[in-house]
Parts: sequence; structure tokens; C-alpha cells
Amino acid sequence: MSYILNTPDQQAEMLAAIGVSSIDEIIQRQIPQDVLVEGLLDLPPALGEMELETHIKQLAALNRSDRVCLMGGGAYDHFIPAVVDEITSRGEFYTAYTPYQPEASQGSLQAFFEFQSLICRLTGMDVSNASLYEGGTAVSEAVFMAMRCTNRHKRVVILGSVNPEYRQVLQTYTKTLGTEVVVIPAKNGVVDPAEVTTALNDQTACLVIQQPNFLGCIEQAEELCTAARAVGALAVVSFDPISLGILTRPGDYGADIAVAEGQSLGTPLQYGGPYLGLLACRNEFVRKMPGRLIVQGKDRDDKLCYMLGLQTREQHIRRDKATSNICTNQGLLALRATVYLSSLGPQGLKEAAELSCRMAHYLADQLQTVPRVTLAFDKPFFKEFVIRCNQGVDKFLATARDLGFNIGPELSRFHDSELLQDGVLVAVTEKRTKAELDALVSGLKAKLK
Amino acid sequence: MRNTTATQPLFDFSAPGRRATEFPAAAVPTKSLADLIPAGALAKEPPPLPELAEADIVRHFVNLSTLNMCVDTHFYPLGSCTMKYNPKRHERLSRLPGIVDLHPHATEDDSQGMLAILYEMQQMLAEIAGLPAVSLQPAAGAQGEFTALLTAAAYFRDRGEKRTKVLFPSSAHGTNPASAALAGFDCVQLPPTNTGFVDLKQLQAELDESTAVFMVTNPNTLGLFEKEIATISKMLHDVGGLVYIDGANMNAIVGVTRPGDFGGDMMHYNVHKTFTGPHGAGGPGSGPIAVRDFLGDYLPGPVIQKTETPSGVRYSLVTPKKSIGRVRSFSGNVGILLRGAFYLRTLGAAGVREMTEQAILNANYMKARLQDVLPVPQGELCMHEFVASAKKLKDEAGVTAMDIAKRLLDYGFHAPTVYFPLVVPEALMIEPTETESKQTLDAFIDAVKEIVVEDPDMLHEAPHTTSVRRPDEVGAARNPVFCNTACGPT
Repeated sequence: MSYILNTPDQQAEMLAAIGVSSIDEIIQRQIPQDVLVEGLLDLPPALGEMELETHIKQLAALNRSDRVCLMGGGAYDHFIPAVVDEITSRGEFYTAYTPYQPEASQGSLQAFFEFQSLICRLTGMDVSNASLYEGGTAVSEAVFMAMRCTNRHKRVVILGSVNPEYRQVLQTYTKTLGTEVVVIPAKNGVVDPAEVTTALNDQTACLVIQQPNFLGCIEQAEELCTAARAVGALAVVSFDPISLGILTRPGDYGADIAVAEGQSLGTPLQYGGPYLGLLACRNEFVRKMPGRLIVQGKDRDDKLCYMLGLQTREQHIRRDKATSNICTNQGLLALRATVYLSSLGPQGLKEAAELSCRMAHYLADQLQTVPRVTLAFDKPFFKEFVIRCNQGVDKFLATARDLGFNIGPELSRFHDSELLQDGVLVAVTEKRTKAELDALVSGLKAKLK
Repeated sequence: MRNTTATQPLFDFSAPGRRATEFPAAAVPTKSLADLIPAGALAKEPPPLPELAEADIVRHFVNLSTLNMCVDTHFYPLGSCTMKYNPKRHERLSRLPGIVDLHPHATEDDSQGMLAILYEMQQMLAEIAGLPAVSLQPAAGAQGEFTALLTAAAYFRDRGEKRTKVLFPSSAHGTNPASAALAGFDCVQLPPTNTGFVDLKQLQAELDESTAVFMVTNPNTLGLFEKEIATISKMLHDVGGLVYIDGANMNAIVGVTRPGDFGGDMMHYNVHKTFTGPHGAGGPGSGPIAVRDFLGDYLPGPVIQKTETPSGVRYSLVTPKKSIGRVRSFSGNVGILLRGAFYLRTLGAAGVREMTEQAILNANYMKARLQDVLPVPQGELCMHEFVASAKKLKDEAGVTAMDIAKRLLDYGFHAPTVYFPLVVPEALMIEPTETESKQTLDAFIDAVKEIVVEDPDMLHEAPHTTSVRRPDEVGAARNPVFCNTACGPT
């Protein structure tokens, strides 16, 4: 394939206008001879569109996403209404860039302002930014933000029930800064608020919790937020956006900063990215926020318009004093979430959440009728839970695969001492049917006698 | 024919009981929610989202989309951002079953096809960089910078060296100092130079045993290749430091020269720029990094490994021995990496060389034809972009770079990047890319030549034809409004 438009004749005219004899001359007059590539790079041979499509389809067929998805651990198979794909497939959105010229970008700017507005309503927080990379870095950005807000940089407390990958990212982000990251272990699926209170002190920048937590269980979020704020630390909550169809909102139980992986809001699984980092906070902290923010205002004719706001926080102006090094956001995924939330509305979100929750509880009940399969914890959960199987996790998962179901991940994969090594996560969304779940359970019963 | 009704705030279309998505009732016998969820955690009402009909949603967003300029509709010569054509075949391939619906925790057995594509991408990026070890994890260029700096920090720590300084030229992208500060380094910015190139004496004066990394964009943000880059690299290596190449301008050099060959030790790609991942109105990006072999053990995990076994090829995810750890969840912005891989597979080695050559030709042609009205202070020739100055015009007629940028919108062209880099007064940074024809470039050049002789007062008021006029940024900053409150308090 070639995407070059200029014909040899046009190229000759252009070279004449430049006053050179060849493109090579332009290159050789600027780049020293001894660092030029000789000949061509060693890359795979070029394919035409049909050949590439055949090749990619063959490879895609090796990926076994054709099985029923009961996988979780931070990415979920929720339903995506067709309208989300239709709107976001418009080139006017996906081939534009950062709205540096607001007069030529009102479409994206208004959509992102509406995204911010929807996220505020979803979370009960005052201000949302226009998105971050994904849920894991959103936690680290929130922690750095909390350090700036409290002017405490030495100590952070995080629950052991927070997604282990998010905790690993936080370890990576803070390693060179010497910040102590204190991890409070979960017991029987949740963390004891009394233990957390003991770990919090007047040096602590923030407490990071996840609701529902990585094991699917519901933490005592309000007590935990109250404990954090009692010592002047910020309460950072990583939430599941779909859960807010039925669970209380972070803003209603005392979160100072609410963050999330927003993939569930209309973004396909696509092997882990691009996803959507959400970050919303209380009004008083807005100037310490990382990432892009859209504001509403007026143009010179006093007409309503939208523009980038509070840019003096950002790297292109503040450089090493910026609130974050972030430059791009996840615009297209933010648009997906905007259309998704518009399409579901309060009732649709409630139904998706309730259906996921009830289907998950049905499957949890039924799985316990499979020989030697037990629920790991007896705590309330939302749509995800941990099971143990004392005839071996591998055999259980292989049997499920044979029956046409992908389950997991196994907790042992995370090499994390906070997690049960013989547990497996099971996640259920509104897409699952009773017939599917019954087929899984009866198949497991037949094969795992 | 603009439909201003449809582009009113989304919340204005809300009416009680309107629906666009409905789910079936739960056909399973479970307890009520009140028995499943503790009372304190159960919301009394769902969140106060607007209640909308699908027809209104579609008309709203489709009409909003028409208020954007984009690559599909307009020439978009936004310097440093490489706004090239985004091939439609990539979109269809990215949405294939097996690709778009693959769970990131799928087992290695169940994701061999995906891993094969990503492994090949890793290898292609290593070859283009001339640097053998690649991590696909970073979500964007800025995260690539940060990741590479952490990698360097781990390397120095392992060697027992205490190096605290990261240096960069004054023309560096803002992300360079921001990433260095985030990684815990002291930032040292070199003074501006008249030539636009790094001044070796200035650099030498700052180099010592506390120097960790010199971050340099090559070609630099003026679109000029740092001729002394090999010497610069040697100076850094002589004091035990490393050279970081900001790959924002890779579209100028792919297949022509390689960061690893001119002395770079680490670099990031912006796959959304050079390898045409669509820019998505601000993202997602994708910022994989490539590093020298001795830094490979410190890269974030997982990386993809290929093993030849008697039963065939096997791809697996492994964490490098001394890894700095994760920098994000999962394996990277895969959707963008795939589009980049598709692009490279359709271009091949000759195609990428042609891509670079034609980007250089287009930029030099525009520069040659524009510099009589918009002088280009630095560089006789340029690489893939150039920075013109409207200073003379401002001095003589009061017309600024911003005025020209805004007026170009009226002519149906997206504006260049303005006021960057800071070393050029009244800067207009123009990057045409290779996917534009001479006709388009000529039309843009003609427009600029008409604009510079237009009435300055009219230019100060531009644009005149867009959906809104210049925003009152000062007013908006005084009492900023971050969210719609039309349906009452949240």
C-alpha cells in the first residue's frame, strides 16, 4: 500500500521550487552520511489490503474470545449499545486532535464537557477531568494529587483489596520518590476499618480504597473515608462505574477523589487498551487536578462555547512544575462513555447493575453445588466473586473452557502476597443468560464428579 | 444549514421516562437487592443521569461532530502532531472478532494470535529504532518518557551510581521536564540558542557525574536534524550518562536514520502520530519505548517473548529480570498498536522509506513557497516540518501568528501549531505530512498569501465563519464552569 498522492511530475516541480535535485539531496544536506541507513530496513514484506485481511483473520481466529466470557479482574464484558459504535466511528471525532483551536473543535469540546458533567452525576463529585489513560494510572495520579493537596509526600495507605495491578503501578510511580506505601491486608475478602484507622496518621497523604474491591466484595467505604478525613488525609476511591446503578456514589459517602477504570462504559475489551481513566474530585481540589479540563464560557459575541480550561496546571505551560506529565487524554473513549451513559440513562444503568448483580449471585449459588467448589468469602459482593476448587484451579478452568466458558483470572497470576493463591475470580455481567449459566454448572457437575 | 437545536446542551433533551437502552428482567431466582447488598451501600435512586431518546442522542452527537475539523475533512498541518491520513482498513481490522473482544486476562494459549501481532510490532519497532529491547506498555508518548526515565534510574541504581540531573534544550516539549520531575530527577534546561541546535559548549558546561539523561527531540522541534547528535551522544556517554530521543518527530527519519545508530540509548514512539493511529480528538495515544540491550532487563513487564518449540512457535508474556514494574494495567494501548502494526505491514521497508521522503518533500516545498511571506528563521532546508515566524508581520501590521491561525480556519484549513517552540517569536509550526497532495499544499499556501495582505482589523476578529468566534478565555478562567448543572445539583 502507498498513501502518497504526488505524481513523479509533481514531485519534480516541487523539487524545482525547493531548488534541489532530489529528495536524497535534502536528506544528505541535513543528516551526516555516517548515520544514514544503507539500503532498506529489515521489515516484513508489504501486504495488500486483501492479503493483510486474510492474515489478520487467521491470527484473530487463534484468539479464543468465542467462548462465553465470565472474566473480570479489572476489565468486563458489559453490553455496548450499537449507537456507541455508530457515533464514535465518525471520522469527525476520531480523526480530529486535541481541541487547541476551539472555534474548529466545538464538537469534541462540547462532548467532553458533557462527559465531565455525566461523570459528576454518576459519581456525585463536583468536578471531573476529561479523562486519564486507564484505571491503574488514575490511582497513581490521584495519589500524587492528594500529596499536592495535603502537602504530605511521605506516606500513602492503600488497601490490599485494591486491584494488584493498580498497586503495582503505584509502587512503580512512587519508587524513585521515596514515598512509603503502606498496604493493609484484606481478611475474608474485606479490610477491617479498625486496622486501617491504626495505620493512618498525620503524615498520611491519602487512603486508597476500591469499591467493590478487587475480590468483588463490598467494603465499608463510608467508615474508611471518614477515618481518612479524620487525620486530614484525602479519601481516594477507585469505583466500578456500572456498580453505581445500584450502589451509593463515592461523592455521597465522603470520597475526596474518585477514580475508575471506565472501560465498562462502552469500550470493548480489545486486550486491555485503550481504556478510559476517570478522575473526579471535590471543588476545592480542582486546581491540583492532573489532565485536561474543559470549561464552558462565552465567545466574543457572547455565545455559549467550550474551551480547554485551567491550562496553567499542564505540562505545555508549567513544564517541570506541572500537576502531571500527561499530554494526550483518552478522548475517543471519553466520547464512548458519553454516548453510553446517554443511551443507558438512570434506568438503564440501574438495570445493567441489578442484572449483573443478580446473575452473579445466581451463578455463585449454583457453583457451590459443583463438587469441591466453594465460595472463598462470605461477604456481600456486587458482580464478581472468588471461588476455590480443591481439585485444582487448572483442572476447573480447563473443564470450563471445554464447556465453552472463559473464567478468571486466577489470583495466583498476580504474584501478590495479599491474594489467595488458589482462588479464581468469576465476573458476571448483564449479558449472561440463565441458560448459559445453567449449562456451565450442569456441565461442571457432570465432568468434575 | 447548521442545526443549532440539536447541539444545545445534552441535558436539555432529557424528559422523565425517555429510554434508549433496555435490558431484560432478571430471569433468575435470587433474593432482592436489599438482601444481597448491605443497606449502607445500596443507593436509594440511580444516579441523576439525563433520560434521553436514541433519536435525540444520534442527532445531537452527529451534529456536534460537524462542528469539528478533522483529517477526514480538512488539511490539518498541526506541527509536531503528524496529522496524517488514517487508513479505513485499519478500523475494520481492529474490530474483527477475536481482536476487539479479547479479554486482557485471556490465557496465553487463548491469545496466541494477538501475541503474534504484538510480538511482530515489538520487533518492527526495535528495527526502526536500532534499539533491540521494546516495551509496548506506555499509554502515550509522555508515559513513554516517564517509563524510560524510570528504566534509566533503575539502571543507575543497580550500578550504585547517584545521578540526579536530567538535561534538555529549551525547545523541548513540555512533557520532557514534566516527566523528568515526575520520575524524581532535577531538571536542567539549556539556554536558548540562535541556531536552534544544541550548543555543545553549553551542554558540556552542564555535564558531570551527576548527569543521568539528556533528552533531545531529533529532528528537533524546529524540524531540524541535530547534525552533532553523534558527538552529543559521545559527550553524554563519556560522563556515564544516557541519551533519550523524544520520538515525536519520527515521521522525519523512519527508514532514513535510526536513533540507535546516532547514539540514542532510549526513545519513545508516538504510534498515533508516526504510524497513524487516529488521534481520537485528543487521544488515545500509544507510546512504546525502545532501549539498548543493557537497559532491556529493567523495562516494565510484561514483554512478549517468542519461543520456537518442536511443536511450533509459542508466544508468552514475561517480566524482565530487573523490571521497574508495571506502568499501567494490562499490555498497552493495544488498539492503537494494532493500527500501527497494520500500517507497517502494508507499507513494508520501501513504503516506510517513501513515507519519510515524501513527508520531507512536502515540508520543504511548503517552506520554500511560504518563506517570502512568513520567514523561517532557522534552517536552510528542513525535515518533516518547519517553524515560520510572523514577527515581521506583527511589527509592520500588528498581525499575529494567532490571527493567521484563526483566519486559516475561515479558508477551510486547520491552523498550524502556534507559539511553540518558544525560541521562535510568533511561531507557526507547520507539518504537512506525506498524505497531502501538491494541490492541497498550493491551496494552503495561496490562502496564507492572501491572508497576510488582508485588513489587520478583520484578521484580529477572525475566525468569521466557524460555529463560534474566539472564546473569552480570561472570562472563563475567572469563574470556571466545569459541568452542566441544568438538571439541578448533582
